[in-house]
Amino acid sequence: MTNHWIDLRNSDCILVMGSNAAANHPISMKWVQKAKDNGAKLISVDPRFTQTSARADIYAALRSGSDIAFLGGMIKYIIDNDKYFKDYVVNYTNASFIPVEKYNFDDGLFSGYDPKTRKYDSSFWAIKKDSAGIPERDITLQNPGCVFQLLKKHYSRYTPEKVSEITGTPINDLTKVYETYAATGTKDKAGTIMYAMGWTQHTVGVQNIRTMAIIQLLLGNMGIAGGGVNALRGESNVQGSTDQGLLFHILPGYLRMPTSNLATLEAYNKAITPKTADPMSANWPQNLPKYSVSLLKSFWGDKATIENDFGYGWLPKPDLGRNYSWLNLFDEMYEGKIKGFFAWGQNPACSGANANKVRQALAKLDWLVNVNIFDNETGSFWKGPGMDPKKIKTEVFMLPCAASIEKEGSIANSGRWVQWRYKAVEAPGKAKPDGEILTELMIEIRKLYKKGGKFPDPILNLKWDYTDDHGDFDAHKVAKELNGFFLKDVTIQDKQFKKGDPVPAFGFLQADGSTSCGNWIYCQSYNADGNNMARRKKDDPTGLGLYPQWSWCWPVNRRIIYNRASVDLDGQPWNPARPLLKWVDGKWVGDVPDGPWPPMSDSKNGKYPFIMKPDGLGAIFGPGLADGPFPEHYEPLECPVPANLMSGQFVNPTVKIFKGEMDKHLTCDPRFPFVGTTYRVTEHWQTGIMTRWQPWLVEAAPQMFVELSEELAKLRGINNGDKVKVSTIRGEVDCVAIVTTRFRPFKMGDLTVHQVGMPWCFGWMVPKDGGESANLLTPNVGDPNTMIPESKAFMVNITKA
Amino acid sequence: MTVTRREFLVISGAVGAGLALSSLGIDMGPVRAYADDLKKIDKIKTAKQTTTICPYCAVGCGLICSTNTKDKKIINIEGDPDHPINEGALCAKGAGLFQTTSNNPNRLKKVLYRAPGSDKWQEKSWEWAIKEIAKKVKTTRDANFIEKNANGEVVNRVEAIAHIGSAALDNEELWPLQAMMRALGLVYIEHQARI
Repeated sequence: MTNHWIDLRNSDCILVMGSNAAANHPISMKWVQKAKDNGAKLISVDPRFTQTSARADIYAALRSGSDIAFLGGMIKYIIDNDKYFKDYVVNYTNASFIPVEKYNFDDGLFSGYDPKTRKYDSSFWAIKKDSAGIPERDITLQNPGCVFQLLKKHYSRYTPEKVSEITGTPINDLTKVYETYAATGTKDKAGTIMYAMGWTQHTVGVQNIRTMAIIQLLLGNMGIAGGGVNALRGESNVQGSTDQGLLFHILPGYLRMPTSNLATLEAYNKAITPKTADPMSANWPQNLPKYSVSLLKSFWGDKATIENDFGYGWLPKPDLGRNYSWLNLFDEMYEGKIKGFFAWGQNPACSGANANKVRQALAKLDWLVNVNIFDNETGSFWKGPGMDPKKIKTEVFMLPCAASIEKEGSIANSGRWVQWRYKAVEAPGKAKPDGEILTELMIEIRKLYKKGGKFPDPILNLKWDYTDDHGDFDAHKVAKELNGFFLKDVTIQDKQFKKGDPVPAFGFLQADGSTSCGNWIYCQSYNADGNNMARRKKDDPTGLGLYPQWSWCWPVNRRIIYNRASVDLDGQPWNPARPLLKWVDGKWVGDVPDGPWPPMSDSKNGKYPFIMKPDGLGAIFGPGLADGPFPEHYEPLECPVPANLMSGQFVNPTVKIFKGEMDKHLTCDPRFPFVGTTYRVTEHWQTGIMTRWQPWLVEAAPQMFVELSEELAKLRGINNGDKVKVSTIRGEVDCVAIVTTRFRPFKMGDLTVHQVGMPWCFGWMVPKDGGESANLLTPNVGDPNTMIPESKAFMVNITKA
Repeated sequence: MTVTRREFLVISGAVGAGLALSSLGIDMGPVRAYADDLKKIDKIKTAKQTTTICPYCAVGCGLICSTNTKDKKIINIEGDPDHPINEGALCAKGAGLFQTTSNNPNRLKKVLYRAPGSDKWQEKSWEWAIKEIAKKVKTTRDANFIEKNANGEVVNRVEAIAHIGSAALDNEELWPLQAMMRALGLVYIEHQARI
């Protein structure tokens, strides 16, 4: 989230789309309700009338996978009706930039596309720069080649009629949503978006979110209280696990994973460090070498020296351009190329798209280590449905770990608040904290490598001193490592520090090896003031609910990021009634500002507000993605329509399609005529691995179901409560039918399209007869930027069992 | 935050309500047994309180765990009224967090091992398991280590071992976890954020 949970109360209009917050983030509704009590409007856009819709002022239905069409229509409405916030758009976004002449868009394809590689050359989307290297601009926004005019042209095709025919949303409902949300495009109004997997799990997932980001920039809703783009993250520490770099493409703190082409630290630092010639751009990422060197010092300690490139060579290097993400990982495993596997606190046998393939892949492993607090379908895959244990060679180690209340440490919530948890009790039986398990395992591996082995340097040189005097894992030691400390006595910015002192904040980190820091964005979390993550003071000086002394949030306790966009060029709040930041007597008052510089009207030292962008401005035109600088509607890989009404390009042209025996998909096939989608229920969490073992919750939500409309039920002769089978080309799942008005058929031109929905929280293991995972049905195709699978839109059949 | 004293009004309130329900014909046996257990302890003197954050979604609600200092068991978990996000409120999952504790007999409590071709688990010791896993990591890594890629670039990586997980761990566990996997040379490192 750019903002945070309590800030929802500051909004004038809350759009919930791609999320069912009331069911899946129930306590968020406390703050949505506070906003409503203050007069805010709540809009719910969802294929199904959800618990969130039931609280909404406006509900609009849309067919799964048509969000860009829906939102593209909103961009058109905002521009056509002059609803955008002009001062903001001109000064704080790249609307005035002018892309190069070879930028073009024609019939669903942007210029630069290579059909052989299914990739774009993004140099076709570059921004024109003047002789000094500064982007050319037309601040009148009238140049037909400027971003604003290109945007207008691009979305001129998204007429209400065409949008309605694609989304199945009645035009009246579209208009109501557009009017209500676009009304936040004034100085004194804030609109916000709450989205979740309903937006990410599509082959156009990132562009779904970008469409909304463009809307938020047009309306001046970024960086302000009650605004922002807010991803409602689904696991208690998925923000933290992303921050710590548990993904193939990033190191801790979102530093890019070094690739095979970058042989030296110098080459790496050059590649990750953007440049700008514009003195008005803070270009904060120019500091990245300070963070990468401090990270290497944290990895290898004293072993990282300037002479050995700070141990850069000890990091593994993925091949440039090769993707090692989830779907590829399981594809390689299915092909037998992966021999050993750690499934640590995760249950891919139920959470992976096309889970039948995942389960077959597990059977090809030599060994599997599964760490969990409960037995699960992954660790016990060898005794699951259709498996013959005698034929499965995989050795499995099931390691019992401690639950959250049985250990100490921090987790980061969706609003980037990093909160400390305490240990209440010991873990039961032989169960141990994960930190204990991984520390012991590495100590044992190091013992083996001391006797020799392939390339032992990184293993033996890794700094591994995270245990206390008794040899137990010590979370405080790691927390201090994440914060960082000085490695010698230094004076920085007139302040003196001694070797071993904690680094106060990331502004003090150095690229010369004099500081160590495990994660630059966590620098300040545990400094000389103590463990800031454990703070519990409830002062609220701004009155906006920022609670700056409750826990700690990254970066540098800034509660709302991009907050320099909440003020005008003179540093005065756009909305004086909700002053997030204010320039008073040469100082910023309010939230921690996005950098110390004076406001933009200071011609000498003023800076643009979007300090993480090299150009300093919000990117309405975004050349950094795989699938285009503007979002464009494409159909899901599996869809119910014979053509894309928007262009001749049916599906996202850059999507990777797997072609193995288990990678089936099809579209417009009479055997699978209905749209299917997946979701969650309040009582179960993710695959249900924690909740399905709890009698209280199982009693409330005991078994797999499918929701379908009364019209579809009639068509198929299905009654409420019947046992039915839902199938796709990849698998089938038995469900109890819930016949409901929550789903309604979509009228799309002459076409009537039915949609059904299922939760994905069940699995064969427990409860008995509770049913199977909906991921047996979902396709293993992903967004070209993130490779997040398209679990939200696929084609199914439904029959009586 | 660890607090040693706190009144148990909420527990006693909940138990009272539960017993009242039994007069309506609902089987409140388990609740009554739980209430009987609670009666046996001097709640104020024996309870230790610790704050925690909910392990489910990422709203980050606060909870208070009450632990019996005599038998070291959790006797109650409830929403933290001082927490600014949830102000004491919880959803069904958070309110049921008690059932993730050792009070749930389904918790895994032993190291289990499944041999190739076997149809059952065997109980093992931690010492054995850690040693065996370390050996397997080394054997697989050494047999499949890639020093250079097809272009002749130095890559020093291992593709034959993969890791997924986990958004369920603490930051202080995740950082060393990624460091360990990267020191081993793994490039297939993924977790929940990808799906």
